[in-house]
Amino acid sequence: MSDLLAARTQMAISLGFHIVFAEIGIAMPLMMLLAEWRWRRTGDRAYLYLAQRWAKGTAILFAIGAVSGTVLSFELGLLWPGFMRFAGPLIGMPFSLEGFAFFLEAIFLGVYLYGWDKVSPRAHLAAGAVVAASGAASAVFVVLVNAWMNAPTGFQVGADGQLLNIDPIAAMQSPAAFQQALHMLLAAYAATGLAVAGVHALLLLRDGTSGFHRRALGIALLVGAPAAVLQPISGDISARVVAMTQPVKLAALEAQWKTQRGAPLTLGGLPDEAREQTRFAIEIPYGLSLLAFHDPHAEVQGLDSVAKADRPPIAIVHYAFQTMVALGSAMALVGVFAAWVWWRRRDVTASRTLLRALVVVAPFGFIATEVGWIVTEVGRQPWVVQGLMRTSDAVTPMPWLAVPMLLFTFLYVGLGAIVVALITSLVRETA
Amino acid sequence: MTAFIASIGLPEIIAGILVLGLNAYVLTGGADFGGGVWDVFASGVRREAQRSLIAKAIGPIWEANHVWLILVVVILFTAFPSAFATLSIVLHIPLTLMLVGIVLRGSSFVFRSYGSRDRAAQGRWGRVFSIASIVTPVLLGVIVGAIASGAVGAAASALPTSPGATSTSFAPVFIAPWLAPFPLAMGVLALAMFAFLAAVYLAYAATENGLREDFRRRALGAAAVMFVAAFGGLGVARMHAPDVSRDLTAGFAFYFQLATGIAAITAIWALWTRRWALARIAAAAQVSLILWGWVVVQYPYVIPSTHTLRATAAPRITLVLLLWGLIGGSVVLIPSLAYLFRTFTSNDSSRSHSPDSSIP
Repeated sequence: MSDLLAARTQMAISLGFHIVFAEIGIAMPLMMLLAEWRWRRTGDRAYLYLAQRWAKGTAILFAIGAVSGTVLSFELGLLWPGFMRFAGPLIGMPFSLEGFAFFLEAIFLGVYLYGWDKVSPRAHLAAGAVVAASGAASAVFVVLVNAWMNAPTGFQVGADGQLLNIDPIAAMQSPAAFQQALHMLLAAYAATGLAVAGVHALLLLRDGTSGFHRRALGIALLVGAPAAVLQPISGDISARVVAMTQPVKLAALEAQWKTQRGAPLTLGGLPDEAREQTRFAIEIPYGLSLLAFHDPHAEVQGLDSVAKADRPPIAIVHYAFQTMVALGSAMALVGVFAAWVWWRRRDVTASRTLLRALVVVAPFGFIATEVGWIVTEVGRQPWVVQGLMRTSDAVTPMPWLAVPMLLFTFLYVGLGAIVVALITSLVRETA
Repeated sequence: MTAFIASIGLPEIIAGILVLGLNAYVLTGGADFGGGVWDVFASGVRREAQRSLIAKAIGPIWEANHVWLILVVVILFTAFPSAFATLSIVLHIPLTLMLVGIVLRGSSFVFRSYGSRDRAAQGRWGRVFSIASIVTPVLLGVIVGAIASGAVGAAASALPTSPGATSTSFAPVFIAPWLAPFPLAMGVLALAMFAFLAAVYLAYAATENGLREDFRRRALGAAAVMFVAAFGGLGVARMHAPDVSRDLTAGFAFYFQLATGIAAITAIWALWTRRWALARIAAAAQVSLILWGWVVVQYPYVIPSTHTLRATAAPRITLVLLLWGLIGGSVVLIPSLAYLFRTFTSNDSSRSHSPDSSIP
């Protein structure tokens, strides 16, 4: 394995691990806050118990998110010193804002978790609200940096390739910024909300009389279902921005080899990079032009528009993208189904089919997030900053990078297994 | 001195804030690591009481304290990007090991607090927690020592300038700068400093006399180790890093050493005579002065003797925006931190609003 591939693998594993905990850290505080608020409003102690159970889970998951996030902030330099030297002054601003947002999140999570009997009810709810809001703000700031890597703005390029006349504020307003931040936030609420809903749906299938799980399911769906239904719309906006700012990425995720007007939408198939064609795929005429530009005759730039050395790996990106779309669509459908059941019966537990569907889609959100990050990161290769800096120019000169890569892989596999076991036993206690 | 004040500009101000952040990390996050050290050495009849006092003191605040480190890293890479890049390349190995320590310390602590009540599992996580609490501060000290000794700067000049070019031999660049007597002495010093801070804080926080005495003895022991490591380090520096040892006793730095000495004597005297609040302030002052003493010696270098503040500073617009960001952030952060510490250090039970005495 080359050092560059080892570095990319380590970054992918670190991000892929952290992002699950980051998403939970965004959505879980909102859910425990809603539960506590219901308890304060109605006096129904099942909601208090629920808020405290969820808080316990959040405490474990947030800590893992905090330490794995620390690893990432150092890895920016450990793996990509060339990138940081090049872009640090331009993208440091959202990172430092993220630092403060993370600070508030950690401070008020401490108050929330350990302050039940130390602060007033109002202060306790407010602490929970600050945790939920700053968690979302952290995610937005970090995604702003990634949006800049996809569609860089706020500088001029000098003769030696260095950035001149930099404007860090303009760099936070990349054309990809809004849609990426929206997509990430919706993903966090949809993935976490539906995952928690799935757990409580499973327990309700075993014991339909539990008022505790019924309340839990209600709040989890309130957070997860609307986000899941809105996510395809956000995805459509994303695809159109990618079509404008990163046409080669779009071509890779759609496996579109040729530049053409009225391009079809390619479903599945086997992308063959040597022959530059996708075999055994289902093609929907005009589909891609319609989706990417909302015009059936629009011209879509194909992979043939750039040299082979400037293309990302096609098959990985194509499959990752289609998996994301399929899982997201399934989640949106279940979200609509849940809304329909609630509208007709005023009780989401009334339909056992819905409960079963929720169990099935429970892991979909996190899987979709992982493949979604593969789409945006692998889809940008060979660039670390689109069109400006190649990933191979950013990597550290440190040799034997497979060693730290394996070290973090073992560490995270181990931690992941322990966390799953702990959360499972936490859920069992309530069953 | 006047020349120094006249030379202060934006890079110096940002660097000053960076060191303040590092100082806050050492006084808070450092003490949390120190708490882990005393978890290992919990002994005697009050063994479990010691452990539970440590867990209670760390529990609500360690994650917030930990964020100081992230803030320091973010300021470093935003304001002094090429220094950050060089440090990350040359110190790749100790930084990676330190990260593993950070991950294991934090996760084992929550696993122990929230995981199975089973004694064997608790003991297992306790062991991981204590080993990580010892190893991580040592690595942090080693990293600082390697920078201070000038070895990182020397190794950096041996690095290939363009990526892809074949590197020089591995050990002199990636191992020798930090696996050396002076950095190792600084590692021991950092560990002793954190353990000292934790013991002094815990003696202050304890409400029972026996526990206070336990941590008083531990604080005095840690102070002795600090003394040995500091002077051992100085002796090693005379042999291996003559620049550091000369600068430590020259000019402006001399007054820092003097102030550090006064703070140290005050802290020991306060511990000896059981003045807990004074001991806490003096110990914090002593540790802070050691940190600033290093910074003063190293000025104007971020990495001696290759990367100065001025030469590695980001463009002015970045520094201006960063400064505004830091000021704006502090306006929100400082009252929040004060609220956190006030909430969890007051033992006043009259403010209790417990909804339920059987909170899980």
